[in-house]
Amino acid sequence: MSEPILQLLDISKEYYGNKVLKNVSLTVHPGEVHALVGENGAGKSTLMNILFGMPVIHSTGGFSGQIIFGGEQASINSPKDAMEKGIGMVHQEFMLLPGFTITENLKLNREITKHNVVSKLLGEKLKSLDMEAMRKDARKALDTLGVDIDEMLPVEGLPVGYKQFIEIAREIDKENVKLLVFDEPTAVLTEMEADLFLKAVEKLSASGIAILFITHRLSEVMQVADNITVIRDGEVVGRLTREEATIEDMARMMVGRKIDRIEKAKKIHNGSQENILEIRNLRVDMPGELVKNVNLDVKKGEILGIGGLAGHGKIGIANGIMGLYRASGQVTFKGEKIKLNNPKDALLRGMAFVSEDRRGIGLLLDESIEKNIVLTAMQVQGKFLTKFFAGVNFADSGKIRGHATKLIEELDIRCTGPEQLVRRLSGGNQQKVCIARAITLEPDLLFVSEPTRGIDVGAKKIVLDLLLKLNQELGMTIVMTSSELAELRSICDRIAIIYDGKLEGILPPDADDTDFGLMMAGGHSDKAKEVS
Amino acid sequence: MSQVKKFIDNFGYTRIIIILFLIILFIAALALELQTKSLITGILNRAGMNMLLTLAMVPSVQSGTGLNFGLSIGILCGVLGAVLSIAMDLTGVQAFFVANVIGILLAIVAGYVYGLLLNRVKSQEMLIGTYAGFSVVSGMCMFWILAPFKSPKMIWPYGGRGLRVTVSLEDTFDKVLNNFLLGQYNGIEVPWGLYAYVLLLCLAVWLFSRSKTGIAMQTAGSNPRFAEASGINVDSMRIIGTILSTVLGAMGILVYAQSYGFLQLYTAPLYMAFPAVAAILIGGASVQKASITHVIIGTFLFQALLVVALPVSNAVLPEGNLSEVVRIIISNGIIVYALTRIGGGE
Amino acid sequence: MSLANTDNVSKSTGKQVSWQIKKAVTGNIVPIVFTLLCLVGAVIAEASPIFLLSSVIIRLARNLLLVFSLIIPVVTGLGLNFGIVLGAMAAQIALVAVTHWDIGGLGGFALAALLSVPLSIVFGWLTGKVLNKAKGNEMITSMMLGFFANGLYQLLFLFVLGGIIPMVNETIMLPSGIGVKNTVSLKGIKYALDDVLKIGYETLTIPVFTFIVIALFAFVIKFLLQTKLGQELRCVGQDMNIAATSGIDVDRMRIIAVILSTVLAAWGQLIHLQNIGILQTYGSHEQVGLFAVASILIGGASVTKATIGQAVLGTFLFHLLFIISPMAGQNLVGEPQVGEYFRAFVAYGVIGVSLGLHAWQKQQAKKHMLEE
Repeated sequence: MSEPILQLLDISKEYYGNKVLKNVSLTVHPGEVHALVGENGAGKSTLMNILFGMPVIHSTGGFSGQIIFGGEQASINSPKDAMEKGIGMVHQEFMLLPGFTITENLKLNREITKHNVVSKLLGEKLKSLDMEAMRKDARKALDTLGVDIDEMLPVEGLPVGYKQFIEIAREIDKENVKLLVFDEPTAVLTEMEADLFLKAVEKLSASGIAILFITHRLSEVMQVADNITVIRDGEVVGRLTREEATIEDMARMMVGRKIDRIEKAKKIHNGSQENILEIRNLRVDMPGELVKNVNLDVKKGEILGIGGLAGHGKIGIANGIMGLYRASGQVTFKGEKIKLNNPKDALLRGMAFVSEDRRGIGLLLDESIEKNIVLTAMQVQGKFLTKFFAGVNFADSGKIRGHATKLIEELDIRCTGPEQLVRRLSGGNQQKVCIARAITLEPDLLFVSEPTRGIDVGAKKIVLDLLLKLNQELGMTIVMTSSELAELRSICDRIAIIYDGKLEGILPPDADDTDFGLMMAGGHSDKAKEVS
Repeated sequence: MSQVKKFIDNFGYTRIIIILFLIILFIAALALELQTKSLITGILNRAGMNMLLTLAMVPSVQSGTGLNFGLSIGILCGVLGAVLSIAMDLTGVQAFFVANVIGILLAIVAGYVYGLLLNRVKSQEMLIGTYAGFSVVSGMCMFWILAPFKSPKMIWPYGGRGLRVTVSLEDTFDKVLNNFLLGQYNGIEVPWGLYAYVLLLCLAVWLFSRSKTGIAMQTAGSNPRFAEASGINVDSMRIIGTILSTVLGAMGILVYAQSYGFLQLYTAPLYMAFPAVAAILIGGASVQKASITHVIIGTFLFQALLVVALPVSNAVLPEGNLSEVVRIIISNGIIVYALTRIGGGE
Repeated sequence: MSLANTDNVSKSTGKQVSWQIKKAVTGNIVPIVFTLLCLVGAVIAEASPIFLLSSVIIRLARNLLLVFSLIIPVVTGLGLNFGIVLGAMAAQIALVAVTHWDIGGLGGFALAALLSVPLSIVFGWLTGKVLNKAKGNEMITSMMLGFFANGLYQLLFLFVLGGIIPMVNETIMLPSGIGVKNTVSLKGIKYALDDVLKIGYETLTIPVFTFIVIALFAFVIKFLLQTKLGQELRCVGQDMNIAATSGIDVDRMRIIAVILSTVLAAWGQLIHLQNIGILQTYGSHEQVGLFAVASILIGGASVTKATIGQAVLGTFLFHLLFIISPMAGQNLVGEPQVGEYFRAFVAYGVIGVSLGLHAWQKQQAKKHMLEE
């Protein structure tokens, strides 16, 4: 076997005392397609940020471990270093300028220039562009990928598939490129485009370029990868060759963890099996979390978990029902059809939402805790108001203070008092304020999205316990959306897995890791078809 | 040391610089043995007459449309109200009252239309507002020439078409507020009536900010997505804020005019939004946050600066109008500074 | 590989022609409306075509370079640079110096042009620094910066000159010896550039040499935008993030764009004033930004797109309207003042409408993107 082109040795990285990578090692040889597989938050992107010397790594205290590139110890301190060494990256978001032609985009800041009269006097920057030479290079790179498109077309208006290929062409046009990193490259492609893309990947690897392929589409991994590394919670949990890998194994490795089930002490059993919410043909236009067609029932009194990988639409469901993103379809709550795209209607009918975007939608950061807690109830339900003057509704500061103080105590929000600004609170306490606002609405159904994102371990458990308590003591139906399967499995009665904007299946919390993994990777329905 | 720095950071460098400058001016005024009594009278009068125009910035900032650079739209509504009340040959309090009623009605309509416009150009409200204001002012210039008013108080005495550039209010509502409950203390005049009126309106705006609608409006301003998630219609809240700001602009110019004794037509309202913007910024407001305290502090500081700078600069440099130049530098400088601070919140 | 619908494109060429005509009209609606407005105005004004033509030619020569100076910041994504007022100030400082030293003719003009360069580079650099801190609000910031700089300019000309910097010159200075007069005669350099070569025909005068110089600058701007530097400027203009990721120093490019704009504006103001021959010390520069911006917008430019052609067309239309309005006002309502207010209304209005439309389209596009 040839000399490896890239070796990562014992890479560890901490963010503010939080270990996100633990002694990760990885070896890639020239011409090899190496798949890096893992759930969101497993540490894939941090690893890539380290490889590219992204500023975020260095501004948070660097990392430990070694990078050996082309047989030499490499210190990569900026994306520029990485590029100069021959590491190319195809981004998940397109780095293309719509107003430029394909050629210009391909040669962005690497333009071929030639001298003119002025530049000889005034310097390099005033050299003319050698469009002909640039065009030839662009043609060559596009031909390598097998794309027959006019290289002088503007990028604006091209189909997504082409844009992806232009990104790749840009990387392979870099003369010294030895290693190419693809970050979820097929996420935006149609099936046919994805096939073409995978063929191009094979072509590239045949030409001797090493490819590091980050994905969670396991079927694609099986199709192109020579070797597979699975990481989970910042650790390497499996190294497989294509021959020995099966989709099931990878799926299990990806999600498997110990489950700390918080046992429900006095389970109010939902014997009635009455549906409190029925979702039919729900479509939600939430960018990055498109919901394509979801049918799902929520039973009264249960905690329903919604899981799935990022970008597959699980987050969109609650946002769509609560009217925050454009939605279509039919949603029936307590037997009545709700008006979609109307947050007020959803709130009035007795649903409440704790958003995943806590600092963006969830809180008024520069306002007091008490104002944050009562605001929605005041605006929607007219609570906490008094008409002391001219028949106008004014805020009733006495009632507000009383209610806020009560909730601060009940939810144990650590603060200096109800007047403290929410910005000054820790993540966990901010989340409690969000929950406090939701329960002030006294909802029958509570949507909670990513309740523990960005808060520390101790606080996580407190938040989950709180949700459980609301469910058990107040009989509140809860729909909890989370990227962390373990957390769903710890308190939910049932867990719905969303894949590609649709419901893939519903599992009990104690179901097998393999089943969860397969469903999240979209392999379940195919499998089911095969069996039947 | 770090405590001092923190205090300065909280208080704002610009405000400290302006207060220091003001102190220097006062010392200079004392050293030059200027009439301190008339200076104080001047400050009290100017602050009172300008305060409503500054107050007009509060609802627009709170509703999220930023500083109302199109305040001249509201001002024109007020001016039109005054012109109409003069045309009706009213005098005194009656004239002032009718001018206000007409001005407010016009401002509600104009503010609504202006609000619709601002809702279409989110994030560029201040730029568009400036040019909307400029265009309306120059459009109204044509109106002042062509309008068929006949009242001899307003048209040119000897031929010439259209209304005068400045219309004297001597026979209508000159100083109706200033002379109401005017207190004399040792040569210092305190226009209690003016302050009662102005502070009453400040109180009304403060009360509004405590009402259900007021809270909804502030929420829409500080976090539109949060507001939407709480069932608040952000666009209507922005329109309410714009209407309120425009109405206060109309009422503000009438207070200004009764105190000044003249109504200024044609291009005079063109730049009138800028001093109001500068004043509230000096008071410590920003493009995202403004309160009544900012209005009161800012108006006093800014007007004190202008009132004291004039005689001091005249005493130091008799030629030229140094205080006017200082006004231009300070008021525009602080606006530029505020604009460069928009992104740097977090 | 055939991902796109290339076949469809060729099939629907018939439809495309009519669609293209429609697009050409809607895309150029602003210049078309203003052309019509000028035509109607000209009919009402009953002006002789020769008079109009000669007036417009003079105004084109005066103003074109000032309008050109807006192009580079637009391409770099800074929007319309109202801060060219600072360039005009640099030119006026240089002119006062040259007049003070009593250096006339083409030499004096050249010296003023030379002097204004370091000044406008410094002003442009400062403007660029400020605008880099106000990303997303460049236009209103550049406008307010112009007002602010005007205060400093007055401070310099009213109090520093003769007050702190000794300057003795009866023709320029106020009688007290402190401060510069309101109007300064530029006899020395009047027509310095125009007179090099001009063609006269009855009442029609064409300052050929000035137009050659202006054309030269048009080529310089075009050339600059086709170099490596231009490519980087355009890249920054399209997307700052992508530019930064590609290793382009975004802030530096933006400062370069503003400096180039300010220097061009300074020279533009010099050309303007050598034709007029009188410096309104405290007024000549004030409306420079407003008129230039209105001109280029009338030519069909937008906040993100501006070309030499649009600049020429817009300047032509704007100044035609400028000449016609008072005459039309006189004939229509017997009041030339109405026409004067009308053109101010047009200048402000066209800026307001054009910027408003742009902001609205941007908002719509954002909404659209979210819904896709």
